[in-house]
Amino acid sequence: MDATLSVEHVTKRFGMGETAITAVEDVSFDVAEGEFVSLIGPSGCGKSTLFHFIGGLTAEHGGRVAVAGETISGPHPAIGMVFQEESAFPWRNVIDNVGFALELRGMPRAERLERARHYVALVGLQGFERRHPSELSGGMRQRVAIARTLAAQPRILLMDEPFASLDEQTRLLLGEKVTEIQQQLRQTTLLITHSLTEAVQLSDRILVMTFRPGRLRRVVQVDLPRPRNDDILTSPEFGAYVAELWGDLREEASRGLQAAEHAAG
Amino acid sequence: MPRAEVRLLAPACGVLSLIAAAAALQALIVTDVVSRYVVPPPTDVVMAIARIVREEHVVARFLLTSGETFGSGLLILAVGVPIGFWLHRSALARRAFEAWVAAWAAAPLVLAYPLFLVLFGRSSLTIVVLGFAAGVAPVVLKTLEGLTATRRVLVDVGRSLQITRGQMFRKILIPAALPEIFTGLRLGLTFSLINIVGVEFLINFGGLGQLINELAERYDLAGTYAAIGFVLLASMVFFACMEHVERWLRRTH
Repeated sequence: MDATLSVEHVTKRFGMGETAITAVEDVSFDVAEGEFVSLIGPSGCGKSTLFHFIGGLTAEHGGRVAVAGETISGPHPAIGMVFQEESAFPWRNVIDNVGFALELRGMPRAERLERARHYVALVGLQGFERRHPSELSGGMRQRVAIARTLAAQPRILLMDEPFASLDEQTRLLLGEKVTEIQQQLRQTTLLITHSLTEAVQLSDRILVMTFRPGRLRRVVQVDLPRPRNDDILTSPEFGAYVAELWGDLREEASRGLQAAEHAAG
Repeated sequence: MPRAEVRLLAPACGVLSLIAAAAALQALIVTDVVSRYVVPPPTDVVMAIARIVREEHVVARFLLTSGETFGSGLLILAVGVPIGFWLHRSALARRAFEAWVAAWAAAPLVLAYPLFLVLFGRSSLTIVVLGFAAGVAPVVLKTLEGLTATRRVLVDVGRSLQITRGQMFRKILIPAALPEIFTGLRLGLTFSLINIVGVEFLINFGGLGQLINELAERYDLAGTYAAIGFVLLASMVFFACMEHVERWLRRTH
């Protein structure tokens, strides 16, 4: 099955009349099969709103979201989602969390455990299979959530700031891990983030959004070689991409800050 | 401190504190600071246990009161959890009934025992129904609280995996709300047991409540307190069983 993701003229307004807010306006882009695309923008630009539309969790919006040309109106089996908030089930241990989607599908226990173990190892959590989320660090819990989504073998992976609550070192290491897995599985991936370095480190293409209403401001093609190891991350080219993106985002972020200050009175 | 040591130390502290309190009370009674005609010496209470087991069939009464409480508990579970779920699903029902359920929880229902006697007769059924009525409200409220407090993202994880409604209930909502539901059950069963013993006392029928009534009428203070000890034992047994069931349920979800 083709794993192309298309977002066409997606628009969302909240409220009515004079108090109405346009959160997202006429956003269109495609993510090709196997491509890693990041969507960045200042807080409040509608990134997470788009994430919910693309994942099919919210159907009330203008425009169209399609997987391989098929319009989606709800959660789609080809799409797997990793959420910003901690989403590992606290009452399940690591292996049962990772095998959750397979359990829903009625996969026999032995096969399910074998598959879950594979993904636990893929995210580097072997040895922690019987631990519960409360016994793990924030980064490990997020890896559990990523492994759970990967175990469902979605063709398209959506991630909404999955590393937002983690410290910088963990973000970088986990980012490396995610790209490694993505390159290995050749999944179509859309990452929503507000981190410029994370976007450049991981992406083939970066979509820059404006502050409210969220529109696409620019698309940046990242032509850095893979794997993006320490040499790449410390190279002038990498820094140039980050600076270029910051140039785009600075104005938008300032508008966001002004709007926040205005709202605070 | 290692977990195993804490596990042993905690109950040991509880038992030692109880023994210390009993010893202090004994000393106050022996030195006539507290009258033995108001509070019996703890040693007399301990001695009375064997007597009431032998002469007052306290084991059978303990089992009867526990059985009635267990029956009420099953009814509370079967009715309280679905009502809590219904209030969670229906915003209208929640707005209409939540305050009423909270008021029900605070009502001294045992005082309405004549009504229950008229409806169900002087029987165990009256006692079980009154126990149920007294204990169901906390389970409804806590189930509702647990379901409402379920983090949105956990529900979204399920939705993103195309979960069915039944699976959402069994695999996400119930496990997420389980600690709250069990808190409600503990409260509900406590209210239930208090009311069951109370109504047994008032209508002079059934298990431990009736025995406490009879012993108090005979002014057998040591026997009365020993019988109250069996009510505490019933409460402890229910708490311990619920803890095990909760742990087992959390493991199996």
